[in-house]
Amino acid sequence: MLSSLTSQLRTIWTILQHSFTKAETVQYPEQMPYLAPRYRGRIVLTKDPDGEERCVACNLCAVACPVDCIALQQAVKEDGRWYPEFFRINFSRCIMCGMCEEACPTNAIQLTPDFEMCEYDRSNMVYEKEHLQIDGTGKYHDYNFYRVSGLAIKGKDKGQASNEAPPIDVKSLLP
Amino acid sequence: MPTITIDGVHYEVEQGKNLLESCLSLGLDLPYFCWHPAMGSIGACRQCAVVQYQNAEDTRGRIVMGCMTPVSDGAIFSLAGDKAQQFREAIVESLMLNHPHDCPVCAEGGECHLQDMTVMVGHRDRHYRGRKNTHRNQYLGPLINHEMNRCITCYRCTRYYRDYAGGTDLAAMAAHDHIYFGRHQEGVLQSEFAGNLVEVCPTGVFTDKSLVHDYTRKWDLQSAPSVCTGCAVGCNTMPGERYGRLKRVHNRFNAEVNGYFLCDRGRFGAGFVNSDKALEYPGLRQADGRYRALDHHEALLRMAQQCAQGRVAGIGSPRASVEANYLLRQLVGADNFAPGFSDTEQVLVSLALQLQADSAALVPDIATIESADAVLILGEDVTNTAPRIALALRQSVRNKAYELAAELKLETWQDAAIRNLAQHQRSPLFIAAVADTPLDDVATQCLYLAPASIAALGQAVAAGLGGGDSKAATDNAAGALPRAIQAEAAAITAALAGAKRPLVIAGTTCGSAAILRAAAEVASALCSGARQTMLCLCVPEANSLGQAILAGPDAPNLTTLQQRASAGEIDTLVVLENDLYRRGNEAQIDALLAACSQVIVLDGLDNATTSAANLVLPAANFAESEGTLVSLEGRAQRYFPVFQPQAERRAAWVWLLACLKEMERSEVYPLHHFDDITRACAADIPALAGITAAAPDLHYLNLGVKIPRQPARYSGRTAMRANISVHEPKQREDEETPLAFTMEGLNRDQPGALLPWVWAPGWNSNQSVHKFQTEAGGPLKGGTAGARLLHPGGSRNRTNTRPVAGDAAAENSGVSGAQPGLWQLVPRPRIFGSDELSAMSPALAELVSPGFIELCPADAAGLGIDTGDGVEVGDQLATLELRVNDSMAAGCAGYGAGLAGTGNLRALARVSLRRAETWQRRPGLIASDRGAGPGSSHV
Ligand code: SF4
Ligand code: SF4
Ligand code: SF4
Ligand code: SF4
Ligand code: FES
Repeated sequence: MLSSLTSQLRTIWTILQHSFTKAETVQYPEQMPYLAPRYRGRIVLTKDPDGEERCVACNLCAVACPVDCIALQQAVKEDGRWYPEFFRINFSRCIMCGMCEEACPTNAIQLTPDFEMCEYDRSNMVYEKEHLQIDGTGKYHDYNFYRVSGLAIKGKDKGQASNEAPPIDVKSLLP
Repeated sequence: MPTITIDGVHYEVEQGKNLLESCLSLGLDLPYFCWHPAMGSIGACRQCAVVQYQNAEDTRGRIVMGCMTPVSDGAIFSLAGDKAQQFREAIVESLMLNHPHDCPVCAEGGECHLQDMTVMVGHRDRHYRGRKNTHRNQYLGPLINHEMNRCITCYRCTRYYRDYAGGTDLAAMAAHDHIYFGRHQEGVLQSEFAGNLVEVCPTGVFTDKSLVHDYTRKWDLQSAPSVCTGCAVGCNTMPGERYGRLKRVHNRFNAEVNGYFLCDRGRFGAGFVNSDKALEYPGLRQADGRYRALDHHEALLRMAQQCAQGRVAGIGSPRASVEANYLLRQLVGADNFAPGFSDTEQVLVSLALQLQADSAALVPDIATIESADAVLILGEDVTNTAPRIALALRQSVRNKAYELAAELKLETWQDAAIRNLAQHQRSPLFIAAVADTPLDDVATQCLYLAPASIAALGQAVAAGLGGGDSKAATDNAAGALPRAIQAEAAAITAALAGAKRPLVIAGTTCGSAAILRAAAEVASALCSGARQTMLCLCVPEANSLGQAILAGPDAPNLTTLQQRASAGEIDTLVVLENDLYRRGNEAQIDALLAACSQVIVLDGLDNATTSAANLVLPAANFAESEGTLVSLEGRAQRYFPVFQPQAERRAAWVWLLACLKEMERSEVYPLHHFDDITRACAADIPALAGITAAAPDLHYLNLGVKIPRQPARYSGRTAMRANISVHEPKQREDEETPLAFTMEGLNRDQPGALLPWVWAPGWNSNQSVHKFQTEAGGPLKGGTAGARLLHPGGSRNRTNTRPVAGDAAAENSGVSGAQPGLWQLVPRPRIFGSDELSAMSPALAELVSPGFIELCPADAAGLGIDTGDGVEVGDQLATLELRVNDSMAAGCAGYGAGLAGTGNLRALARVSLRRAETWQRRPGLIASDRGAGPGSSHV
């Protein structure tokens, strides 16, 4: 009996104290919340440090996506790079899980701290490459897939990627 | 059956296999690279290491290679032991030392055996810090992409290309870690079977070039079981589609037909599906000659209306399905249904059918062809007309080697040992042809003869074997058979007589009924004693044989139809998937089409015949529709739609059935589904009764569910068409087949005819096919696809034994030799270009040569012309480039059958030749650009 009374009083006291603490409610959108850089919001496609499209259309993000909302088609550029001819994300399906970013071997696809994507018309939630592609490198500044990959592209011949020896001369008899 | 112990568990395994095969058959995952079920073991990659123990007391054991270790009773192995596992991981790590960081931009990724094996052995972190070796790639032609950095030196490519397929221009070069697999210099790979490198190479070194430039991962491809339409062999395929485009064709394993391999016509020739010549909408020709697009309903009404009034005739097609042809035959009546062959071909295909049905010899499937221990080819250049048979023949000549191996008790999978043992000893293969053929390098002897002499040679052999019409043979032997080859005939006779499984091959391509008959005579003369004699008669197109069975021997031919039309007896002509200008003289076809007041054409691609039609209906191609085809061995096989027809295209049977219903023809009231047509056709035509067994009907369910066309990881479903609408429609239900246009369902243990793709957990590459086989390399668990209509071994369901009409007329030339001033035209088909549809594939376009004439040097010199000059054939029949061919039989003029500019040339016609005065030589041609190598006997 006594203990339950104490409990009641303590509860009232605690609630009373709350009347003087700072309110947690944020006056969004007048007041913008802080979102960490790694917050999982609107998806972008980034460029490598040399300003070239990073995405190589490997389809890994598409297959990783649990709601299957990424579709793209690969094509090959004049200079030998693979790139997406089209790249589409249906954000009305996207659950911002970040699996695509996890899967991407080139750091091309990245989630950003922007969640403000409300539309009255669902079809406006379908983003094509021109809506997704940004000019910068996003969160990862240095990685350039083609500097590591063995595929020769214009300006980077066989043997010129990082950690590669010059091409072997098959006709040489030297050991 | 020996019992072996693996990791403490006893297993019964099959005698004569190696441990790797046995493990895979038992469902145990043992990594491997260099072993291939069709090519045996050489122990090159060291990946299949296991520990073998001497006996139960032995605790250390020693590492052995699974693929080189025969299973023997009581043997004890460990797959899971630490030592074996560490060894296998170290092997992958060493293979990966120089491997490029390429998976995202590698066309093998997602179906890469190296990826699978790497995951299987658990290798993850590189320890090596040195620099990676690199290689320069080579240009290997328009079909195959080369990326040498990805090689793991398993030697599968050269073993396949050189040892299995007989190619010479791909080899291992240099030594140690400089090793390079490529050509001596850049250039187009010459083998007709080079495309199989894409599937044989376990990495991304060799990939399909058109796929690389319009890439889709395997998991994103929608596939269905299909059948190649490139020739009459009927290889089983798995075409893959994405976004409404056909992306690639892969092999679909069939133990009796194609096994693991396709030819390049089949693999790369299906690209016509994506052609911009594909028809999309029905068109009606207007007074000004232009076409107006119609909607499908109006088109149908017009078709029905025109077919209902006046006299109607139909021309079917040996490249269309049995069902579509059957419906057209129902529409116009059997008397008015021409099967759509050229006149000569119609006679010959019927004859080939009759000879095979009547023969006591076995009509072999491809796997059985590989077992032949003596082969005689009369006239047919199989590499260019039924390519997969040529690959089988290259295996058949190795039976000598297997015989020698058996004496030494070597297992058949001991590939290197057996090749070493046999060196150049081969089973006999005799080729009699008008000129050199690509199989000459493995032939015991090649005889280059005019068609009449080839037939005479066959008759002489038959007579020598104590069969055939010996009087005719003796007459001919005296007349047409040059004395010089009478000795060869005797040698052939002896070789065939001494064989246990002799095989005789001929075909319709050379246009000679006498050759077909001679082949059948040789086969029947061999059908005695304990021999298993085989007779294989090649026909030209995917459904030639089915068409001959359907139409029967009395069907009118094109000339008959043309005469009837000219006599005003035909008002409406319906042409089904057939470019008539490839079947007859331009003038004759013009006359036929002009004499009919309405010409209705159903076809998939724009061609000369559709351009001459009044009403054109767009017919779906093989990848968009279902149908049954009867291959040259009389195997009825079903192909299924890979994806839904685009635009207003519909399967030809859909158009025809709808038209018949519109016409209120009561016999089609009970037909609702595709299967109903198959059943109706089987009931109607007794010889086709077996076609219903080609594949299960649409009610088949695999444990209660359909079979999915899309793999379980099919991606992008909620985005693929989001640009059109965000509201995803329900997946279209497939109301005609047991397959579904979804990823839901069960792709396991179903009948072999329903295998849309292969995948198993941990096995993403095509190597996963062993999970679908009863044993590694054995037939599919669900049974081999297809139903044989011609009962092998001559069980003689003689449906018609009457002589085929007009047979003799086909031989428009006597047996007599060359006539002065006239040359006999002999077809010289090409694997790329002689077939109508595959020639339209963009990938092959570059390899299709323009039409040509081939003459022997003496004949060319007599005309005062040389390679590269123009030749005018006959009275303005054609003007073509000359190729001097050292091996060409004198008095014969070979022409590139089916190639541009040869439409008016007919096999065996006698024509005059002269220099074309206005001909412009192509730049860069030199006189030595000619066929035939040294060492072949030239008569
Ligand atoms: S995973 Fe990355 S590189 Fe690959 S397709 Fe997606 S965004 Fe492009
Ligand atoms: S061959 Fe296989 S492992 Fe190598 S880059 Fe290609 S996909 Fe990756
Ligand atoms: S190219 Fe391919 S098949 Fe040939 S050795 Fe290298 S990995 Fe093996
Ligand atoms: S042999 Fe004939 S059926 Fe087989 S893949 Fe080649 S063209 Fe197609
Ligand atoms: S598969 Fe056994 S050594 Fe290569």
